Amino acid sequence: MNMLLLLLIIPALTVGGLLFSNGKRLPRMVAAVGMSLQFAAACYLVLAYLQERAAGNTAEMLFTSSYEWFKYLNIRFDLGVDGVSVSLILLTAIVTLAGVFISWRVEDLAKEFFVSLILLATGVFGFFISIDLFSMFLFYELAVIPMYLLIGIWGSGPREYAAMKLTLMLMAGSAFLLVGLLGLYFYSANAADQHTFNLLEIARGGIPIEAQRLFFPLTFVGFGVLGALFPFHTWSPDGHASAPTAVSMLHAGVLMKLGGYGCFRVAIFLMPEAAAEMSWFFIILTGFSVIYGAFGAIRQTDLKYINAYSSVSHCGLVLFAILMLNETALTGAVLQMISHGLMTALFFALIGMLYERTHTRIVQEMGGLLKVLPFISAVYVIAGLASLGLPGLSGFVAELSIFVGAFEHPDVFHRVWTILAVSAIVVTAVYILRVVGVMLMGPIKEPAYASLPGAYWFEKTGALLLVLPILGMGLLPLWLADMIQFSLIPLLRALGVG
Amino acid sequence: MEGYAYTIWIILLPFLVFLVTGVLSLRIRPQLAGWIGTAGILVTLVLSLLTAWNYFSAALPADGGWPTVIPVNYTWLRFSDTLVVHMGVLLDPISIMMLLVVSIVSSMVHIYSLGYMKDEPGFARYFAFLSLFSFSMYGLVLATNLFQIYFFWELVGVSSYLLIGFYYDRPSAVAAAKKAFIVTRFADFGFLVGILLLSWYSGTFDFLALNNPDGAAIAGAASATFMGASVLTWALVLIFMGGAGKSAMFPLHIWLPDAMEGPTPVSALIHAATMVVAGVYLVARLFPVYHMSGGAALEVVAWTGAITALFAALIAITQEDIKRVLAYSTMSQIGYMMLSLGVSGYGGEEGLGYTASMFHLFTHAMFKALLFLGAGAVIHAVHSNVMGDMGGLRKYLPITHAAFLVACLAIAGIPPLSGFFSKDEILAAALHHNPAIYGIALLVAGLTALYMFRLYFRVFWGEEKAYAHKPHEAPLVMWGPLMVLAALSVVGGFIPFGHYVSSDRQVMAMHPEMSIAVTASVVSIAGILLAMWLYRRPSALPAQIAGSLGSLYQSAKNKFYIDEIYMGVTKKILFAGIATPVAWFDRHIVDGTMNAIANLTARISSVIKGLQSGHVQQYAVGFVVGVLGLVVIFIYWLKF
Amino acid sequence: MIPGVSLIEILTVSTLMFFIGVYGFLTRKNLITILMSLELMLNGAAINFVAFNKYLYPGQPNGQLFALFLIAVAACEVALAIAIVINLYRKIKAVDVEQVNTLKH
Repeated sequence: MNMLLLLLIIPALTVGGLLFSNGKRLPRMVAAVGMSLQFAAACYLVLAYLQERAAGNTAEMLFTSSYEWFKYLNIRFDLGVDGVSVSLILLTAIVTLAGVFISWRVEDLAKEFFVSLILLATGVFGFFISIDLFSMFLFYELAVIPMYLLIGIWGSGPREYAAMKLTLMLMAGSAFLLVGLLGLYFYSANAADQHTFNLLEIARGGIPIEAQRLFFPLTFVGFGVLGALFPFHTWSPDGHASAPTAVSMLHAGVLMKLGGYGCFRVAIFLMPEAAAEMSWFFIILTGFSVIYGAFGAIRQTDLKYINAYSSVSHCGLVLFAILMLNETALTGAVLQMISHGLMTALFFALIGMLYERTHTRIVQEMGGLLKVLPFISAVYVIAGLASLGLPGLSGFVAELSIFVGAFEHPDVFHRVWTILAVSAIVVTAVYILRVVGVMLMGPIKEPAYASLPGAYWFEKTGALLLVLPILGMGLLPLWLADMIQFSLIPLLRALGVG
Repeated sequence: MEGYAYTIWIILLPFLVFLVTGVLSLRIRPQLAGWIGTAGILVTLVLSLLTAWNYFSAALPADGGWPTVIPVNYTWLRFSDTLVVHMGVLLDPISIMMLLVVSIVSSMVHIYSLGYMKDEPGFARYFAFLSLFSFSMYGLVLATNLFQIYFFWELVGVSSYLLIGFYYDRPSAVAAAKKAFIVTRFADFGFLVGILLLSWYSGTFDFLALNNPDGAAIAGAASATFMGASVLTWALVLIFMGGAGKSAMFPLHIWLPDAMEGPTPVSALIHAATMVVAGVYLVARLFPVYHMSGGAALEVVAWTGAITALFAALIAITQEDIKRVLAYSTMSQIGYMMLSLGVSGYGGEEGLGYTASMFHLFTHAMFKALLFLGAGAVIHAVHSNVMGDMGGLRKYLPITHAAFLVACLAIAGIPPLSGFFSKDEILAAALHHNPAIYGIALLVAGLTALYMFRLYFRVFWGEEKAYAHKPHEAPLVMWGPLMVLAALSVVGGFIPFGHYVSSDRQVMAMHPEMSIAVTASVVSIAGILLAMWLYRRPSALPAQIAGSLGSLYQSAKNKFYIDEIYMGVTKKILFAGIATPVAWFDRHIVDGTMNAIANLTARISSVIKGLQSGHVQQYAVGFVVGVLGLVVIFIYWLKF
Repeated sequence: MIPGVSLIEILTVSTLMFFIGVYGFLTRKNLITILMSLELMLNGAAINFVAFNKYLYPGQPNGQLFALFLIAVAACEVALAIAIVINLYRKIKAVDVEQVNTLKH
């Protein structure tokens, strides 16, 4: 049996186990065990992948297998991973496990909560291991739907509105996407001259340029909606603000990466000519959203809104990098996805912890928390520094790769947009330090804050699960970058630059 | 070159100390953290001295130039086949000189802090941050490539942020920390773009390749032009922008005076001796490239330095806060170093400015650290930063007084103290290059003597204030470092600097020019005498002079309103002009459009749903009409 | 096949029946009369079946069979409809179609 299936079987078994576990405490134990196993499986996958590569296996995708699904239309379930998906799978496993720990205190419909959470994660895992458009789309939808329930039932604030808005906007994106994917299918041809959904076969056969021109924008925008592409990003602030902590973590941490990964794997890989032709338009859009998100974040007062806008900026950078269509920037894009996934999940986890204690998310209502909550505050500072791209933390490696890659285009248009995107690092510093200064430092604002309880063990575990990879990636990025770079070769060949 | 492999530990050791003390800061006894930190830094001091000894005592290679040694170079990240980022150690005369500066000052500050910061809450955190800073600073000075320097550049920035904000419950400290970080971050934006430009054209980050005198690496950038100047010049000016931000050059200097909110030893270490000279070091590091780019970039460096030197000296005369006077003095002296680099040529006697700049960097680090630590001892004794609360302290603090006097004489450039020699070289270099800059530099030398001795006389002489506690001398851990630094300030000038450090690495003999030496000394002594006349005894004279200068005095006292200009720009333009409209636009226009689409759907639905009225006969009418309509269409239009 | 009567004439009759039914269906308020109009429409259609069969394809029984089917279906339908009407009457004491409009948005 293909070991990748393990990544679907473990969550499925966990969900099965959850259905039979009642009470308040049992579900979280089951979820934690299941996701720990999943994390172990992901680690093992990374090791196995590296071993295969070290053994000299240079296939585009490793651990491939193909299951027939619907013969008449040549729909199959094709699995396989490369360096990019492996690293994103590891990210997903980390964030999911951390999310389970952060949700330790969810006792309201705990079973249903964890079932939905893990279903969401399953969708993401499935998306990353599939290499055919059909199952990718299937898992994509599987990941989006539980979101509606998670926000609608366990959310806060105007949760029905937020859940509806998020789901509808993402569904609208999927509508574009479905048209694009079907278009790809009908223009594809494999060796046996059948239509195919398999990515590699489509890439080998190639898509006519007229069709690319039509379907590239559709797929890019379709995936882009999930990657917070301006102007389709407004589901993100409202959605995150209403979602429960773990859901925000998973959503911003991994679900939004589906957008970037999709743009990268489907839009660019399968339609490289159209991508090169139309990239200018999307560069304007994404470059704009990098700065726009950063400036938007300055003026927010709610921590979750700040983070949501910051995500718009950072995810904009991912798409921006993807559109640069060269090795360095694409590596940077993947690194940025991982880095953003880790730190934004960490941010949401911390915001959840702070909210649980202070019952507010308004920055100005807090103050001096460093003194009473040293662990949470210190980690918040680390997350903030990672977000503003401090060396030694993950954001720096990613951003610098992107900038260096983007600078490889010597024309004025690219230069100007790159420099504008680089300028966002200053704006990021402004809003991050503003929050740190007001919320964590300064005198203690409310006397009641003096007696807030420190972080509990499960909160520390969750936070450390995210902090350590941020540090590790920031200090020793080489193996990760190499792993990603190697997997970019087919794409670069398709683009004609590698 | 195997012999230097241990140098990597100079960088790594403080990092390990940082991790240990940082993670355990809440668990272990604070004193223990302090001892671990100090022990760690002392080990690196020993290693640095050993490195310097090994390097300078070895025989010169055949070509007579000091070699560049890269004992350690790890691949850290590969951007592409050509652009590879290494992390390593580069040893050459200036990096070893910086290594010595950093390790000596840092060790002294560590020891001093054991006394000064005693009983502070957060003692362990303080030492953890100091270690983080030492780690970053070592990494910076030993960097083998531009990227590594940028890496550690940001890290020293953040350690500075953390240490300025050490007293984080004071809003002013928090604001100062934020300001320092954001201003330097803005400068680093230029630095980064400069690096990107330079590396794109040259295909390398490595100093060794960039600085190669044949100019092969930078030829591409030198031949491309943009808006009238070569891309190389643009890149170097942008890189200098980063250096100017870190070194508090006008107009990116506004963060440095505020940075004095941090603990005084931190000001001595970071904001006087080491981090703020990183900009000078950066320009010196890339000096061959600056030289090869033609004169424009160096001209910018020289004038920025000259303007800052004068500007800061003028402000320093008017300030009341002892640490702020020292901060402006630091700015002014760094301006001196910059102008010296700017006027320097390459090779032989031409490169005097380069040597002088490095020489001044070295001596300045010693006496400025001494001044700050001395000021710390004073503040420690009287519990105030303001000169108005001090006076007549020479009786209470004899050791501090002596050390302080040495430092003041050194900075004023009185022979035979160290400052005299280095300043003299700078003046000589300036005179050969540009008389206008020489004039400014000479004026600043006089102003330096004036404001330093204004400080000295007002603190140690003048009228005795009614002290709440009788001021007492600092403990041994505090005055010990003062003595070490004072000794170095005295003898530092006798180091034959040209022998070790020169623009083309060849041994260079330095000839003190009598005329300049005499002129400079006379100007300095005049400054001292003026200060003595005005401030030795309490008198109404200074106030009268200030009154007669009117608006000039007022604007200098208010730092020429630069802060206000910045506040205006950030508040009015960035916040009110961009951020607020963006936030509004997003909520109301972008999100509004999305909501409008949703509302439109709902509206249309509510219109259409009226068709389903529940009246069967209405449906039937629709059905009949529809069928008849279809019949008509099929028969008469489609002709079935 | 009725001698002296052409297919057109029969069709005219059935069409008249059908549209009288339609008219009644659309204008009557009483559910019972609506039901009666419906029967009229169905029977008009049934006549068409028989007539077409007899005049155009006399050798085949299809049209006749369909007519028989139609009568059977109509009977079922009436039974069902009357049952609904009676239930409605019990519930709202009326057989007015205007009052029976609860099945809406």
